[in-house]
Amino acid sequence: MIRMSDVSVRFGDVQALKGVSIAVGRGEFVALVGPNGSGKTTLLRAMHGMLRLSGRRELAPEAAKQAMVFQRPFVMRLSVRNNLRLALWLGGVPRAQWNERIAAALARVSLQGLEERPARALSGGQQQRLAIARAWAIRPALLFLDEPTASLDPAAKKDVEALLAGFAADGMTLVMSTHNLGQAKRLASRVVYLEDGAIHADLPTAQFFGGGAGGRAQQFLKGEMA
Amino acid sequence: MSAFAESVRTAVDLIVHADAVLFHTVALSLHVSGTACLVAAGFGLAFGAWLSVARFPGHRVLVWGLNTLLALPSVVVGLIVYLLLSRSGPLGSWGILFTPTAMVIAQTILVLPVIAALTRQLVGDSLRDGGDQLRSMGARPMACALLMLVHDRWAVLTILIAAFGRAVAEVGAVMIVGGNIDGVTRVMTTSIALETSKGDLPLAMALGIVLLAVVGVVNLFLGLAQRGHGSALAGVR
Repeated sequence: MIRMSDVSVRFGDVQALKGVSIAVGRGEFVALVGPNGSGKTTLLRAMHGMLRLSGRRELAPEAAKQAMVFQRPFVMRLSVRNNLRLALWLGGVPRAQWNERIAAALARVSLQGLEERPARALSGGQQQRLAIARAWAIRPALLFLDEPTASLDPAAKKDVEALLAGFAADGMTLVMSTHNLGQAKRLASRVVYLEDGAIHADLPTAQFFGGGAGGRAQQFLKGEMA
Repeated sequence: MSAFAESVRTAVDLIVHADAVLFHTVALSLHVSGTACLVAAGFGLAFGAWLSVARFPGHRVLVWGLNTLLALPSVVVGLIVYLLLSRSGPLGSWGILFTPTAMVIAQTILVLPVIAALTRQLVGDSLRDGGDQLRSMGARPMACALLMLVHDRWAVLTILIAAFGRAVAEVGAVMIVGGNIDGVTRVMTTSIALETSKGDLPLAMALGIVLLAVVGVVNLFLGLAQRGHGSALAGVR
């Protein structure tokens, strides 16, 4: 679906990514884990095409339809419906499909009946679900998620996790950064460990958490699990 | 009776007795300053939004220059417009000096930097908050900036209120390019200046009170619109 080869990203004097190579196949759910400042968000943004990088970024044709959900959702001071209309307009979805897509997206994230409510009046969890609906409404083949539950309470976190599990079950390709190792274990099919802008482990989830991580990743796991 | 009390009584008399000259002067003030703000908003909002996303050599110098123009003296604007529109000036053939049109041009130039500079700051701050997410959805930089004007429309309204306040309260530019001609280019501020120079301080003060009252009523309506929006939000929390 997407292949990054020898990708480096620099912000001024800071080398945020150092020659990272990673490929994500169709239908995979990849969790990016690692300490703060390890380069998880930078890698996500680089994969999403939001950063200038050195190296190669190759996409499968269907991966051109991609979206990203951020840790702190930004919703416009518009109604829920108009936030979705905006996403559909920017996503190039034909106007004739908007109503059907909006209804389906709101049903998917359980926000039916709130179409006319100001988006900024929603709770934090609801705003994140709206952001997910906004991303899902354009039917992305590839969805990036940057710590999507980091600022949510446990109940909202559970709702979002259930949504993401549903997307994965539908065959969507997902790449998510997270600090929550339990979440990575519950949701991901593969875990990538980053530190200092480089990948130190890239393993199937069971192997990663089953003692196969080794080296720095294993040390991180021990620290996190303690 | 103190001068101030006499001023208040005169102001009330002028309003209650629907003084025709006063109403014409107030209407011209609102027309000139309102039109200037609308024209300046058309250019200033777009220019400010563009400046918030544009990156080019000299960008910082342009922003510095724009911010400096916030302190542009109205008499200097009046003088520049006068020189442009006077018979020997490059735009003298238009024949609009000492007309309300010339006053609109002068006030437009006066408030344009206010609208553009404040818009640049407003949109820039909002883009730091949500610009990446709009770009992620496929919006190009200028589209992101324009969407932020929609997002921050109540703050934009506040900018326009500030610009209107600057326009309607200035006297230097309209005096120079309008000439303070009775019934033609006389507005509230030039009337106040005239009455002050004639020594009729209570009347000058009364006109000032009327000016403040008129602007207060305009702001009241705009404020009610903003508050209505806020209540709508609060009601669904």
